[in-house]
Parts: sequence; structure tokens; C-alpha cells
Amino acid sequence: MTAPAASAPAAAAAPAAPALAGRRIDWIPLALVVALAAAALPLTGSGPTWLTLTVAGLAMGMMIFIMASGLTLVFGLMDVMNFAHGAFITVGAYAAASILIALKGSMQEASVAANLAAMVPAALAAIALAGALGWFFERVVIRPVYGDHLKQILVTMGGLIVCEQLIHVVWGPDIIPLPRPASFTGAITLGDAAIERYRLLAVAVGLAVFAGMWLVLNRTRLGLLIRAGVENTEMVESLGYRIRRLFVGVFVAGSGLAGLGGVMWAMYQESVNAQMGMQVMVVIFIVIIIGGLGSVGGCFVGALLVGLLANYTGYVAPKLALGSNILLMVLVLLWRPRGLYPVGKG
Amino acid sequence: MLRTLLSGDLPRSRVLAAALIAILVALAFAPFLFPGTRSLNVAAKVLVFILLVASYDLLLGYTGIVSFAHTMFFGIGGYGIGIAASKLGPTWGSLVLGSGVALAVSAVLALGIGLLSLRVRAIFFAMITLAVASFFQILASQLSGFTGGEDGLNYKLPDLLLPGTRFLEAPLFGVEVNGRLLTYYLVFAVTAALFLLLLRVVNSPFGRVLQAIRENEFRAEAIGYRTAGYRTAANCIAAVVATAAGVLYALWLRYTGPDTTLSFAIMIDILLMVVIGGMGTMYGAALGATIFVVAQNYLQDLMKLASGAAAGVPLLPNLLHPDRWLLWLGVLFVLCVYYFPYGIVGRLRLGSGAPAR
Repeated sequence: MTAPAASAPAAAAAPAAPALAGRRIDWIPLALVVALAAAALPLTGSGPTWLTLTVAGLAMGMMIFIMASGLTLVFGLMDVMNFAHGAFITVGAYAAASILIALKGSMQEASVAANLAAMVPAALAAIALAGALGWFFERVVIRPVYGDHLKQILVTMGGLIVCEQLIHVVWGPDIIPLPRPASFTGAITLGDAAIERYRLLAVAVGLAVFAGMWLVLNRTRLGLLIRAGVENTEMVESLGYRIRRLFVGVFVAGSGLAGLGGVMWAMYQESVNAQMGMQVMVVIFIVIIIGGLGSVGGCFVGALLVGLLANYTGYVAPKLALGSNILLMVLVLLWRPRGLYPVGKG
Repeated sequence: MLRTLLSGDLPRSRVLAAALIAILVALAFAPFLFPGTRSLNVAAKVLVFILLVASYDLLLGYTGIVSFAHTMFFGIGGYGIGIAASKLGPTWGSLVLGSGVALAVSAVLALGIGLLSLRVRAIFFAMITLAVASFFQILASQLSGFTGGEDGLNYKLPDLLLPGTRFLEAPLFGVEVNGRLLTYYLVFAVTAALFLLLLRVVNSPFGRVLQAIRENEFRAEAIGYRTAGYRTAANCIAAVVATAAGVLYALWLRYTGPDTTLSFAIMIDILLMVVIGGMGTMYGAALGATIFVVAQNYLQDLMKLASGAAAGVPLLPNLLHPDRWLLWLGVLFVLCVYYFPYGIVGRLRLGSGAPAR
């Protein structure tokens, strides 16, 4: 071990430079979020309106981030694009809806504790069921088609169709109304700005998820391995780590997060239907393309940009609101063709 | 003669040849063999979808790129006819203008999407087309003054294509020879011509390059082909043919709306038809579209019976409910991708010792 160590400094010097450059945080996309919010201030005309819209945009962005983060990480780690991710979102929402309807009593009480007593088990059930479905999916559906993008798209698309239909079989074809818990309905007023309580909850949960992911990815050994796997799978494997196990873990966690995001999104819309997953998938794809496929940080920034822009344009120029996501994607790709934060494998 | 017509791409399996001849005969004489409005509607839908699926197969099966924007081009054709006929009146001039503009818009749009995203990886293209197509769908429902929104457009066609126009005094073989029949044969003729054209395209040197890209893009590029250019060209051809299919469908239905042209459900149907019929084989498109559309219209009747028979058993009646027919086709689809990657056509050809495609 001593002989290689002697020549190590010379060898390490060259690769260390790009690695260090990679560690430096790229502030421009983050500044873009702030700039977008600042630019919207004069356009919306009044401070309170701006505050309402900003919080709404942040809440929407956070929910999209929760749903999208698993997908982008799975793609970064194992080069698998899972079109059935939307099914996990829907299944999570349905699982939670079943529990919330059963616990209707404590949902209607106006105390935060009673509401949480219903919402926490519902969220846990959503995470568990979506995670279990993800585990099954990885084993049965995706494992035979590693390395073949075309078949991955086809097979996961087929899985999505089957899942949607099975949801109809189990939960019936009708839309299930899902009222928000009593203590999270209505708005609080901050000066002249009315801010919906539920949106604050969404922002809080989203920030917690992001912080948790950031800590796991940057401060634990597991996260180190995941990040290394994203950069260079073969190298991690040849160092003796079982990347497959790691991948299954990430896949299940990502599916669970999709389930959690599904619950939040369903409560935001106050209803559950079998197509909701597919409907959000379009936005999710836009977000992870903007962020750079495989990048969690990029996904976060992308989700915030999409959420804020959708709310601002919805107020300032409603006609433009529908195209704003696509426009944003085109602009970002023209500026950085591989997304805001390009990740290792190209 | 036949070999030239089929561009040298023969069925290469007796069963397949028999099935194709059966489909051809059934479609050519559908008004006389299966009288009745419902069966004629099914036959016309089969024709339109054969064309639509064949053009999608050019992308998915021959070039190896997944697009989710195919219904968008289909819809552009439909809305081209719909908007022209309802705003400019039911004249031949407006139909020609409408379809011409639709074809041009599709070609330009396909070129734009292709140049923007086909240079990167296949997966990127799939996601971007999904986003663009969903945007287009929202656009169609929002511009309701122009497109009729969710309700869509009902319009009249020139008199020659309307059921009220009779060409013969007495029915021929018990079938009224009217504008409707003429429309059917118009759809039939255009579908047949464009299908043979697509067969020509995939068997041309251009088509060979597309297949080379599908098999090994890197090698195709190393040999010296500009793969991005070929892919974009394939994307444009597929888009234009899909638009033509949309025009035909609009002429047949005399209605254009989001549910019949743009909806994501149709995109999934197309995907199922291509894969079940056989990716990378034009005949697979014909076979897949026929089986699927017939199943869509008649399988539900069968399932209603089965569901009734299974009443009382938990969950089973739900699984067999007529609305769950897509569940079974979805399962078939996934199994096809794993075990029969060349679909029914590939299976039949392998069975008779020929290569799958």
C-alpha cells in the first residue's frame, strides 16, 4: 500500500481539479428563481397579491418536487426512465383516501392534533403501498429490460395502463372527493395577503423532504455511494459495492416519495381519480428535463421555477399560463441543453 | 407485379398472407359484406388506424424512436378539415385548403421538434413529445372559439360526400350507393395508396438506414450517415402521414373533437396496436389495428357475458367488467414486449422459418 501512496499526490492532482469545480455550488439557477420572483413583483402590481402568488407557487413547486425527485434519482443512478411513476402517485393518493375516509371523524375536528392523527397514518400508508408497488415493479417489470431504453418506455407504459385499470377494479371508476382536514382549510391573513393554510403545510413538508434528501445524500455513507453511483456506476461496482441493492433501495424510496406527493397533490385538488398520476407526469417530465436528468438539486430548482411561473402567468396573463411550462423548458434547453445541473453520464 | 406493388416485402408466411388477404377483402367489400352503420363505422376506423399505426411504426419499429406526439399530428389533420369546413363552408376548396395547411403545419412542427430534441437521446424525445402533445391538447380545448373546445366541431361536407346524395336509383346488392359509400371508398383508396407508399419507404435505401440506426446508432454514424437528419426525416414523414389519417377520419366522422383525435387514450391505443401487431413490420400495423379496433368494439360484448357469468365471486366481475377491456390488452402488451418483441407478425414469420422482420 505504500508504493501507490507515494505516487498518489501526483496522480490525484489532475482529477481533483474538476471534482473540486463540481463541488462548488452553481448559483446561477438559484438566482434565476429569485430573479423570477423579483421580476413578478412589479407585474402583479401589489405586494399582497405577489405574496399570495409566491406562496402558492412555492407550494406547487414543493409538491412537484416530492413527486419528481425519486424519478430523477432513479434515472441518474440506473439509467431507467420509469413512465409508470405516475401510477405510484395515483396509488399513494388512493391508499391515503381510503384511510382518510375511514378516519373522517378526526379529519373534521378543528384541532391540528386530531387532523394529524388521521393524516400521518394516511401518508404512511401511501408511502408504504407505493413503495411496495415500486419494489414489485422493479423486480418483475423493469429488471429484464435494463439498458434498453425503448423497451423500458414500452414496458413501463404498459405497466401504467395495467395499474390504472387495476385501480379502477379495486377502487371503482368514480372520482373520490377528498376534503382537506378542518384545521388546514381556509387562509391566514398576513397584512393584506391571504395565504391558504394548506399551502404553508405543503411548503413545510416539501422543505423537510428536500432537507432530508440533502442530508442523506451529502452527509451519510449511503448518500456518498448513491452520488458515486450516479457519477460512475462501474467504478462503484468494481470497488465491491452491490450497486443493485442500492438501486432497489433508491427505487423503493423514490416510489414511496411519489406516493407521499400523490397524497399532497390529491388533498390540494381535493379529489382523487385514476388519471391524476398521468396528468402530473407531464409537469414532472418538464421539471426533470429542466433540472437536468438525474440531478436532485436541479429537480428542486426546476420544480420551484415551474410552480412560480405557472402561478405568476396564471394571474398576469392567463392565456399564456398553459404554454409557460413549455416555454420555460425550451428557453432552459437553449441556454443549457442538458438541463440546469447536468449530471455525469451524458 | 405484386412484388413491385409490395416493394419486395412479401408476408413470408402463409398464415400471415391469408390473414392479410382476409383483411383486405373484408375492408374492400365491407359495405356489402357487413351492412349496417355500426360495422361500416368499425371498418372505416380500422382503415384510418391502419394508416395511423403504420406511420407510427415507421418511427417506433423501424427507426427506434418513441414519440408521444403522434395523436397531435393526427389531431392537426382532423382540426384542419374541421376548422376549414366550419369556418369557410362545405366546399371542396376549403377542404383542400384545410388539409393542405394541416399537412404543412405538421411537417414544420415535426421538423422543429426533431431538430430540437432528436439529436439527444431517445428518452429525451419521448418526454419532450409527451409535453408538447399535452400542451397542444390543452390549446385545442382552450381556443374554443376556433376549435369548439371540449365539444369539438360538427360540420358539413360537400354534397357529394353526404348520405343524402344518391348515385343509383335502386340499391346495389341491397346497399344504398350514396355519398357515404363514396366517402368510404375514398378513405379506402387513400389508405391503401399511403400504406403502399410507406412500404416503399421502409424498403428503400432510406428505410435501410433507418433500420441501421435502430440496430446500432453509433455504428450507423461511424459509417458516415447523419443519424440526426435521418431521424428528423422519418419524424416528418410519419407526422405527415398521421395528419393525412386525421384528415380521412374527419371526413368520415364529419366531427372533430379532442376525444376522437388528440386524447392520450388514442396514443396508448396506437402503441398497443403497433406492439401487438409487430414492431418493425408494416403488416403488423395492419394486423394490430384490425384486431384492436374489432376487439374495442366487440370484445366488450363478450366481456359483458363473462362478467355476468362471474357474478357473485369477489373482484372477478370487476376484472371482467366491459370497461376493463384495456386491462387485458395492457397485460397482452407487456407480455408481447417481453416474449414476442416482433408481435404477431414476427411470431407467424418465425413459425414458418422466415426472419421476423
